[in-house]
Amino acid sequence: MGMTMTQKILAAHAGLENVTAGQLIEAKLDLVLGNDITSPVAINEFEKCGAQSIFDKNRIALVLDHFVPNKDIKAAEQCRQTRDFAGKYDIKNFFDVGRMGIEHALLPEQGLVGPGDCVIGADSHTCTYGALGAFSTGVGSTDMAAGMISGKAWFKVPSAIKVVLKGKLSPYVSGKDVILHLIGEIGVDGALYQSLEFTGEGVKELSMDDRLCISNMAIEAGAKNGIFPVDDVTLAYEKGRFEREPKIYSADPDAEYTREVTIDLDILRPTVSFPHLPENTKTIDEAAGVKMDQAVIGSCTNGRMEDMRTAAAILKGRKVAKGLRCIVIPATQQIYLDCLREGLLEIFVEAGAVVSTPTCGPCLGGYMGILGKGERAVSTTNRNFVGRMGHVESEVYLASPAVAAASAVTGVLTDPAKLPAVD
Amino acid sequence: MIANGTVHKYGDNVDTDVIIPARYLNTASHEELAKHCMEDIDATFVSTVKTGDIIVANKNFGCGSSREHAPIAIKASGISCVIASTFARIFYRNSINIGLPILECSEAAQEIKDGDEVEVDFDSGKILDKTLGKTFQAQPFPPFIQNIIEKGGLLNSLKDG
Repeated sequence: MGMTMTQKILAAHAGLENVTAGQLIEAKLDLVLGNDITSPVAINEFEKCGAQSIFDKNRIALVLDHFVPNKDIKAAEQCRQTRDFAGKYDIKNFFDVGRMGIEHALLPEQGLVGPGDCVIGADSHTCTYGALGAFSTGVGSTDMAAGMISGKAWFKVPSAIKVVLKGKLSPYVSGKDVILHLIGEIGVDGALYQSLEFTGEGVKELSMDDRLCISNMAIEAGAKNGIFPVDDVTLAYEKGRFEREPKIYSADPDAEYTREVTIDLDILRPTVSFPHLPENTKTIDEAAGVKMDQAVIGSCTNGRMEDMRTAAAILKGRKVAKGLRCIVIPATQQIYLDCLREGLLEIFVEAGAVVSTPTCGPCLGGYMGILGKGERAVSTTNRNFVGRMGHVESEVYLASPAVAAASAVTGVLTDPAKLPAVD
Repeated sequence: MIANGTVHKYGDNVDTDVIIPARYLNTASHEELAKHCMEDIDATFVSTVKTGDIIVANKNFGCGSSREHAPIAIKASGISCVIASTFARIFYRNSINIGLPILECSEAAQEIKDGDEVEVDFDSGKILDKTLGKTFQAQPFPPFIQNIIEKGGLLNSLKDG
């Protein structure tokens, strides 16, 4: 029996010729990641068990991104604890305010993760790096602590769902619509404990930012990881970033999949997830007209340069609707700078949006855009659970940057293709 | 090891945001987290939970964020065991790692009701609903998992050998 792409990466990191679904293995890690929320818990565990050293100061990344610039005194203390730990152990990839970005936008951008890697991160969206052809998965803080000590983690080898992409995306349809559609098809536990393996001729039509967005939300279908084959798009992206030699793995032709799902990109419509689960999807044609109070454009899902350009192209020459707050958050310092140089910040501000420094802030109801009772947000983030962005009676509608920007202009959920032309 | 307590029953897809909302993630203090456990799904939980009580839920319990604060808050609130049809994988791993016993059992998850008195034997995997007078069988933990739970978590178990 052949192996899936995920299984091949895991086998290689476990020093095994072959692995099969369900097998328990111990794998070497190329990178261990934590943030300002999860690292303090990991550091407490690290210290509690009496550890004196880390496995490799170059292979741990600590990113302060959830509640920075510090939102309150408690958040400041968590950052201080993480900063002190990074200093004590001379951790090279420590990213503080001024260098930081939202972790899953930052690590690929900085070339810290790449094809063939095996990565764990104490953040559920660590599955993002599957877009680069890596195995990467979210874990908790205890696993992060054990990973920092030993450089290893145990895994149950996952079975896989094959997701075949056909055709090419239409204008105003993006990677976000692909993943929301898929979650709508298979449900929030449709891939529980499994890999999502993306394949098919449609892959080559997807930009790296589209792929990063798709892999990012694999967890929202319960998946352990979501992985793309490595192709010219991947290698072009990695050129000049990833310093290690990319290791390219591909699924065997006789690899076993428990299920196959086909998505025809040609006919995919802009898709919106209604409260309070990402699986509650509707096309924009069914969703249009729902009144919004806030639009959030950013996050580890959709805060990348392409997302900023898409939003800016729609907001250019237009105004944010009266009664709606529009919050734009470039995901990293580099993206912020690129937005500045391309004139996008000016477009956002002239449209009546606010632009924040990189932070996870509103996505998880931390700060920088909390919703009040009964308020609704259209958001390019990844979760719309009860109370996710604020009050327990608020609502989050997940959508692409194009839909969020168009809806910011009209004040209601809007198909970007139907916006009246700018005078 | 035996758990014994009153059941707090929930439905499908209980996510870690409702178990412990992110507005409280500016601390890692177990006591502080316990004060807000289940706040966004059951505002009465904190005032009614007693040491030893048991959470029972349907499918995909603990989905969403990888925050270990979620099982920490549940354990620190006094809950002795969580039973569900299925668990989200990161939550499952985190619970074992911090020493919170958790059992998958669809039958028990469907039949046990809010307020029932339930006893769980972790050695055998037997779940007894004393109110219904009915027994359910879950997969018992293998010895290495039992060891992690008895030592109070993965890193404690490593430290003690």
